[in-house]
Amino acid sequence: MRTFVIRRLLALIPLLLVVTFLTQALLVASPGNYVDRMREGRQFSEEFIQQLTRQYHLETENVFVRYWYWLGQTLQGNFGYSFAYKISVWSLLWQRTLNTLLLAIASLLISWGLAIPLGMLAAVKRDTWVDKLAGIFSFAGLSIPSVFFSLLMLLFASKTGLFPIGDIHDQVYWGNFSPLQKLGDVLWHLVLPSMVLGLIGTAQFMRQMRSQTIEVLSQDYIRTAKAKGLSPSRILFRHAFSNAVNPIVTLFGFSLAFLLAGAVLTETVFSWPGMGRLTVDALINKDEPLIMASVVLLTVMLAFGSLASDILLAVIDPRIRLDGN
Amino acid sequence: METEPGSDRPGEVRKVMSARQSEVETTSRKLSTRGIAWTKLRRKKTAMLSLYVLVVLYAGALFAGFVSPYSYAHRNDAAQFHPPMLTSVHIFNSDGGLTRPFVYGGSTSGSGYSDDKSRVFPIRFFVRGDPYAILWVIRSDIHLFGVDEPGAIYLFGSDLFGRDIFSRIMFGSQISLSVGIVGIIISTTIGVLVGGLAGYLGGAFDFVSMRLVEVLLAIPGLYFILILRQTFGNDLDSSQVYFLIVIILSFIGWASEARVVRGMVLALKEREFVLAAQALGLGKFRILIRHILPNTMSFVIVTATLTVPFYILSEVALSFLGVGIHEPEASWGNMLSAAQNVRFLTDFTWILTPGVFILIAVMAWNILGDGLRDAADPRTLG
Repeated sequence: MRTFVIRRLLALIPLLLVVTFLTQALLVASPGNYVDRMREGRQFSEEFIQQLTRQYHLETENVFVRYWYWLGQTLQGNFGYSFAYKISVWSLLWQRTLNTLLLAIASLLISWGLAIPLGMLAAVKRDTWVDKLAGIFSFAGLSIPSVFFSLLMLLFASKTGLFPIGDIHDQVYWGNFSPLQKLGDVLWHLVLPSMVLGLIGTAQFMRQMRSQTIEVLSQDYIRTAKAKGLSPSRILFRHAFSNAVNPIVTLFGFSLAFLLAGAVLTETVFSWPGMGRLTVDALINKDEPLIMASVVLLTVMLAFGSLASDILLAVIDPRIRLDGN
Repeated sequence: METEPGSDRPGEVRKVMSARQSEVETTSRKLSTRGIAWTKLRRKKTAMLSLYVLVVLYAGALFAGFVSPYSYAHRNDAAQFHPPMLTSVHIFNSDGGLTRPFVYGGSTSGSGYSDDKSRVFPIRFFVRGDPYAILWVIRSDIHLFGVDEPGAIYLFGSDLFGRDIFSRIMFGSQISLSVGIVGIIISTTIGVLVGGLAGYLGGAFDFVSMRLVEVLLAIPGLYFILILRQTFGNDLDSSQVYFLIVIILSFIGWASEARVVRGMVLALKEREFVLAAQALGLGKFRILIRHILPNTMSFVIVTATLTVPFYILSEVALSFLGVGIHEPEASWGNMLSAAQNVRFLTDFTWILTPGVFILIAVMAWNILGDGLRDAADPRTLG
């Protein structure tokens, strides 16, 4: 297990180098940069702009030079300052990443919490109306664009007034809340965006869980368990469940990727202060230090997601040995 | 089902006559794999329904100019956010008698629109209106339906600039729906060729292309698309943006396809028919193109069908975020971005209509792809 993890972490290094270099190259190739825009705005003195240009080596069009300086600073733990937000990229990203992870984890809880029991139910009640209803639901969930679903939820919130129409917490009374009230307020704001992402995820996992359960239920050991006289519920929950759930666990990394990328639109619609929207704005504004740091963070999070799902699978499935041979 | 072989050789006919005794055997022997798959697909009602829905949607996109009463940029400042008129097309006149369909003229009174019963505008067919072109070639100004000025018909309502949402959905579908088809053709071609070559040739080409695939799959998709999009700047016109989006999406999309095709080719190249072809002295590329790749076709077609939604949704996402197709051109994504304003969304719910069309199109592609997968699976019985 340890060698496996170390090998995977080492493989991450060249991947990060390639990805960041590629990003840097594309940024250099793109026309204009943030400093040009500052100059157009005429709000900043020429000296300040000159200083920024020198600090980030924006004057050179040579990718290797730019990348070399960025890499040098980054390896010293200095991700630089965001051009647009004027604060350190790290402190900016830290908060936003937590917000996005909060949204992602809440959605994962919803999707797994619903998909596993519903998928098993559909498998047990195969070809009945329950199964058909579940099938329709999962097709709808697979097909509904997250933008459209988010907008529908926003419409629901604004028509009924039951839920807030955006942001992560109340802007007016936030300062006066007790810690418990703050927690409640954030959770209240979390409901709709996490429902959007969670229900879309449910549709995907449910199909998978259903077909896995159907496959497992036709295995010999299930027949043996029935012949032994075990109760149907024990067969389902002990024998079938633990075997059917394994492939779903491997989807963890994939679903994390989906949430990180798919969350951009939901974050935009619900004005959720997550890293998705931050990164998109940074890209549109050419906020270079922020873009580079976001790309590093996203790639690392994706790699860790898939590593985590491999480890999780090895933990719950004793047949899988990570160290190979 | 057609079982007649259409052969004039007596031996063939006799063989068929004896085979007639078991109908099932005849069908499976006489039909090609593709024929069986098509027969199986035809039996799936939902998949066929999806196919018809897609045919209608794509026909609508092709003849957008003709079907829609206005051009996508036809503004009417006096009719901002006019509510949908789909339910206010009348076929009974005020005396209760049946007439040709008509709508009332709208009058703005204070807070909203109300029907002005004194002004009746019959719906006319094949009327002249804004000029348009079908496939850049056929130019015309005849529209399927419309009403005379100063009346107006907004089946799905109008937007902030008083433009007809129905017309904009039709014109928008030209972009949003074709992105999927064009993108999938490009990325599938690249994916199959690179994957096939990597699997069959192995060596350095395999190594380099698979590392490239890994990098492409390691970067979170939407961000990578956005970075690539930003590389080309913002001062592009809509057709340039369109081609840029298609190229970027295909550039990212071929990777996963190539990986799977490579795996399939690795397995296929050890099979007897390939060894036989090699023994016959056929060239490498001939073996790859004519003998190996056709065996991956059913997988490729199914994956392609199931991947079209990715292209449609990506275009929607880019246009929604403001880096895709921009105004005044219509795409389903940039039409939805008007709904980002909560006040517009709440008061003028009909601006969400493009979302319904995206949902229908994506769902139809998904169900069709699912049906194709079942049909192409030799383990299921036809």
